[in-house]
Amino acid sequence: MAKTKEIVFDPLSDNNPITVQMLGICSALAVTVKMETAAVMCVAVIVVIAFSNTLISLLRKVIPSKIRMIVEMAVIASLVIIVDQILKAYMYDVSKQLSVFVGLIITNCIVMGRAEAFALQNPPLESFLDGIGNGLGYSVVLLIVASAREILGSGEWYGMQILPGGYMGNGLAALPPGAFIIIGLGIWVQRTITGKFETE
Amino acid sequence: MIVDLINIAVQAMFIENMILAFFLGMCSFLALSKKVETAAGLGIAVVFVLTLTCPLNYLIHSTFLEKGAWLWTVLPGESFKNLDLSFLNFICFIAVIATSVQFVELVLDRFFPPLYNALGIFLPLITVNCSILGGSLFMVEREYNLAESAVFGFGSGMGFFLAIVGLAAIRKKLRYSHIPNGLRGLGMTFILTGLMAIGFMCFAGISLTN
Repeated sequence: MAKTKEIVFDPLSDNNPITVQMLGICSALAVTVKMETAAVMCVAVIVVIAFSNTLISLLRKVIPSKIRMIVEMAVIASLVIIVDQILKAYMYDVSKQLSVFVGLIITNCIVMGRAEAFALQNPPLESFLDGIGNGLGYSVVLLIVASAREILGSGEWYGMQILPGGYMGNGLAALPPGAFIIIGLGIWVQRTITGKFETE
Repeated sequence: MIVDLINIAVQAMFIENMILAFFLGMCSFLALSKKVETAAGLGIAVVFVLTLTCPLNYLIHSTFLEKGAWLWTVLPGESFKNLDLSFLNFICFIAVIATSVQFVELVLDRFFPPLYNALGIFLPLITVNCSILGGSLFMVEREYNLAESAVFGFGSGMGFFLAIVGLAAIRKKLRYSHIPNGLRGLGMTFILTGLMAIGFMCFAGISLTN
């Protein structure tokens, strides 16, 4: 039980995929201009990573190690196609805004990285939980960055006015440089709290 | 025609830089920018593969996957005219990318061993670099033709090259500075990239069309 808890909660902060493992940064920055797109992206990634982990874990004894990369790619790409089709069918506007980034979940290193590092050695249930945990860790960072960018950029949060009407939106926060700087500062705060520093 | 192509290349290189404007290929960008030599090696490999895969994927998309793409065949029947296989884009593109990376690896190993040795591990890693798949997906979304997609691939690759070599050079200088403990490593790299992105934003005013 303790181990299950660890598998799910460890990636939230101590072993966060984005800020500590340095995985899946590309999409984390691109979809965080607004909360809505970020939230949809989080759900999509959690679904893909949880199911790809489960499937690959189920297949782990039959996949020859030489072609495992291609098998993993095929599993992940099929799952992403399903997610993309569902988004196009039910949330067309959001899917347009996310544009290529849904497709890029395929090359999101978190999915591939967890399949390689965890699912190939562990039974399905634990792999599933590992997928959920890493997906959540990814989501935490995404939602924090998206909140900061939307509040600073337009004074709104999930489309609701938060800051008083006189607030002039800070355009920088909505632009790419703002994302880099906010996530950099976020990492600073996290490292200061956990006390785990990098030595170069 | 030529002006259009140059326009696309400049836009992909500076204005809509893969890394600094779309955040594609960040993982390898951050992980491999500690030394200028490795950064340049990865940059060259990315230019190579992007220039190859964008037009290839264009051909595959337009001859097999696009809506109405099967019109060129002699197959009878109305059903083929409306066949839309574009949902298979992702899986076909990633297969093309994986194959061409493997192919480039074989060719380099056979004919240009020094370059092959210089690139080393980065070549296979490129398959999972978001900027490669991103290049192909943007190419489809913006409806480029064959020449445009080749130029776009090359331009995006050069943009990646410029950004990663630039960051590696800055990080080299950074080793002698006093950075707060928590900001060391990843945190500082992000802020630096942000500053570089602000720098690249000044290219946004460039327009070659007259």
